[in-house]
Amino acid sequence: MTWSEQMITIGMVVLGTVLTRFLPFLLFPSGKPTPKYIQYLGKVLPPAVFGLLVLYCLKNVSLFTGNHGIPEFIAIAVVAALHLWKRQMLVSIAGGTVCYMLLVQFVF
Amino acid sequence: MKNYAPDDVKNTKAMRKAAFKAAFPHTIPIFAGFWFLGLTYGIYMNVSGFSFWYPMLMSLTIFAGSAEFVAVNLLLGSFHPLQALAMTCMINARHLFYGISMLDKYRGNGRKDLYLIYGMCDESFSINYTADVPEDVDRGWFMFFVTLLNHFYWFFGATLGGIFGSLIHFNTEGLDFVMTAMFVVIFMEQWMKEERHASSLAGIGISVLCLTAFGPENFMIPAMFAILGVLTLLRKPLEKGEKRT
Repeated sequence: MTWSEQMITIGMVVLGTVLTRFLPFLLFPSGKPTPKYIQYLGKVLPPAVFGLLVLYCLKNVSLFTGNHGIPEFIAIAVVAALHLWKRQMLVSIAGGTVCYMLLVQFVF
Repeated sequence: MKNYAPDDVKNTKAMRKAAFKAAFPHTIPIFAGFWFLGLTYGIYMNVSGFSFWYPMLMSLTIFAGSAEFVAVNLLLGSFHPLQALAMTCMINARHLFYGISMLDKYRGNGRKDLYLIYGMCDESFSINYTADVPEDVDRGWFMFFVTLLNHFYWFFGATLGGIFGSLIHFNTEGLDFVMTAMFVVIFMEQWMKEERHASSLAGIGISVLCLTAFGPENFMIPAMFAILGVLTLLRKPLEKGEKRT
């Protein structure tokens, strides 16, 4: 690839990203009332998407080979327990991450 | 700083400072995660034979992690601009969901709206959607700083990784779990706030099913369609339940 071809390729990736981010705002302008169905989706999508994002982070964990996802399972349990106990975002995230690092570096 | 009326301080220094102070703690986990992921990305570009200008430029302009990793492969292959565009749209299709959810929040903040939408990565969206902004803090500036800080962390990590490449030697194995932990916490926060868990459960259940059926590389698009379908089918019962409460 030449330099200009590289720049065009990068430009395309920028364009694609920008498109996916701006499209809903262009399709549903603020002047007109947003369709009821889209308003409904705006309300119910986020919880499902957060679930999807958790799975997205875990997508390469294999339950049947390697360490069977045990470190991930333990660390997520630590995150959940810390969060139920203290409900301090940073404490839960830091605690779970440190736990995971210790597990993958020294145990598994 | 405590004695101003919110209307008088629109766009003043004090107001921006307050928004920055409120926004920063929310971005600390992203700092850890992006610093690490950005570094990994920069190193990856470095060992793929690209000068540090590439990760620097790409982290600044694209600002979408998974698309940037794929872009490395695109740059190493032969020149197919339309394929690059189509692929990016597919990888980033989840942004459409974020946009639909942020139609109200990312409007009415003046010119900041453009940047908020431009920088709507997974992490900025998650924080700006769920964070409880204190009442005396301007929401627009809060969201602006969350986005800007995240953007900066990513840029910073990617550039450092591109410059220093393989010079870094200490055991950071497992640090990337910080992102997983953050999304777990955000999911839990959402769970504790909502009265009905149908959507949360659908998100987890459908994602697990699609991941099992389609594998890690191809499950996102079917999962999004399935989520959209199931939530559409559930519209009547869900809206009914909402009115009753």
